[in-house]
Amino acid sequence: MSQTVLSLQGATKRFGGLVAVNGIDFDVRQGQVLGLIGPNGSGKSTVLNLISGALGLTAGEISLRGAVISGQRADKIARRGIARTFQLVRLLPGMNVEQNIIAGAVFGHRRRWGASARQEAIRLAKRVGLDGKGPMAVGQLTYIDTKRVELARALASDPKLLLLDEWLAGLNPTELQVGIALIQSLREEGRTIVLVEHVMDAIRSLCDRCVVMSSGDKIAEGTPDAVLSDPEVIRAYLGDADA
Amino acid sequence: MIPGREVQSVALAAIALLAAGALPYYGSDYLLSLGITIAMFTVLSTSWALFSGPTHYISLATAAFFGLGTYTTGLGFESLPFWSLICLAGVLGAALAALVGLATLRLSGVYFVIFTLGLAELIRQVITWGQNMTGQKGLYVLTDFSEADLFQMLVALAALVFLAGWLIGRSRLGFALRIVGEDETVAAHSGINTAQVKVLLFMVSGAVAAMTGAILAPRYVYIEPSLAFTPLLSFQVVIMALLGGVHRLWGPTVGVIPFTLILEAISASFPNQVTLFIGIVFLIIVYLLPRGFAGLLEQLRDWSGKREALS
Repeated sequence: MSQTVLSLQGATKRFGGLVAVNGIDFDVRQGQVLGLIGPNGSGKSTVLNLISGALGLTAGEISLRGAVISGQRADKIARRGIARTFQLVRLLPGMNVEQNIIAGAVFGHRRRWGASARQEAIRLAKRVGLDGKGPMAVGQLTYIDTKRVELARALASDPKLLLLDEWLAGLNPTELQVGIALIQSLREEGRTIVLVEHVMDAIRSLCDRCVVMSSGDKIAEGTPDAVLSDPEVIRAYLGDADA
Repeated sequence: MIPGREVQSVALAAIALLAAGALPYYGSDYLLSLGITIAMFTVLSTSWALFSGPTHYISLATAAFFGLGTYTTGLGFESLPFWSLICLAGVLGAALAALVGLATLRLSGVYFVIFTLGLAELIRQVITWGQNMTGQKGLYVLTDFSEADLFQMLVALAALVFLAGWLIGRSRLGFALRIVGEDETVAAHSGINTAQVKVLLFMVSGAVAAMTGAILAPRYVYIEPSLAFTPLLSFQVVIMALLGGVHRLWGPTVGVIPFTLILEAISASFPNQVTLFIGIVFLIIVYLLPRGFAGLLEQLRDWSGKREALS
């Protein structure tokens, strides 16, 4: 059986009286794509923020390849090998596409500098479908291209674990097919990924396993087909049927 | 590999600095005195912009570092060699910047601005209080240095600052600082220790300001807290740097020279309107020159380039 990359044990986050994430457990193994799904406000993005160190845990533990990472600063976690994208795309507006990608290559898990960082940025730009757009200002990019830059920046550190926060949200149907194919190709490369997603087609075609959250609790875990037909999951998404 | 254009810029800067450094041999006393003011603000604004340019953290602590430097010389010139006082001022300035940085850089911009302004005032009050306790009002700094000596030391310091700025701009540290300034969250999630990067650059900036103060103390002959820690200095440095443009290493210099010359003319003829002038310049920057003269020059260059391409 492949190695456990990420492990959450009793991960809990409270904001004052609100329990945003309530004692969540799950593991992600090498090369797996885990989908984190659930209705809006169920705590998915908070879980991603806990893993990447943007937020600190109230209780519980998160470990990366057996080493505890919870309680560490975001930059330290990034250097240990977790890279992420953001729900609302965050690019560096004063830098061009290439520099945006290089930003991910210099300080993270695998560090490069100078010509080697540049070569890697050019290779990744091509990899995500931005071939030849390196010198462009990020303000001139289409929406999907801004998402591509962010993905390339996250890949630039060659992370052990990639976190994608609604990477496919907001794409039109054609772009969505392109986007799904791109993430599919990362999966085939053997990347370990945790993705928060609402697009059901993507979840079915990309995820090996899903964790379903509702109001901060984990309500189901299993293969996409199994969890999406689970009555409790349907109830969480659609509410109780009127009697 | 260093690209050809950069070699050209470095060579140009070296020639300009050498020409400036030779001013005492061909300029009048008046020019030399003006030169000292320009050199002083070039050093202060450039080093201020090394930190505040990329991060957009407006520091009003320049006077605190500068004053610390003048007092280092004022208290030590009789017992220690002058060069060691300059170095000591640099160390003290860096240490103060580290303390301030660790205390405030985790805060967002506005709090940082107010804190740095308050810091300069705090130190001024503490020294005033200290002097009251000992019955002194100020310190005499009597040395054998001529204006030409001080000027050349400042030009040498300016050369050091430009060299440091150029090296930082090409380094990972400089790149990290730019990313921090653009988006601190992205910086942290890309593996950058944001607090460390900011504190390091703030220390460089503080050290240089303190060294400038140490060099200039003999010029004042008599120093007292209200002179050494004047908040006006901090504001002038910010305005000159912004006027020139903080996104280029040479930017502040092109703000310092015209500002100093005009300020000089105004303070000679209309001594009471100096702060009015500073206020007007500030409005001009905000409304007309958001990227300073450097930005304006670049805009003109792009514009003429486009015209050539069209014709």
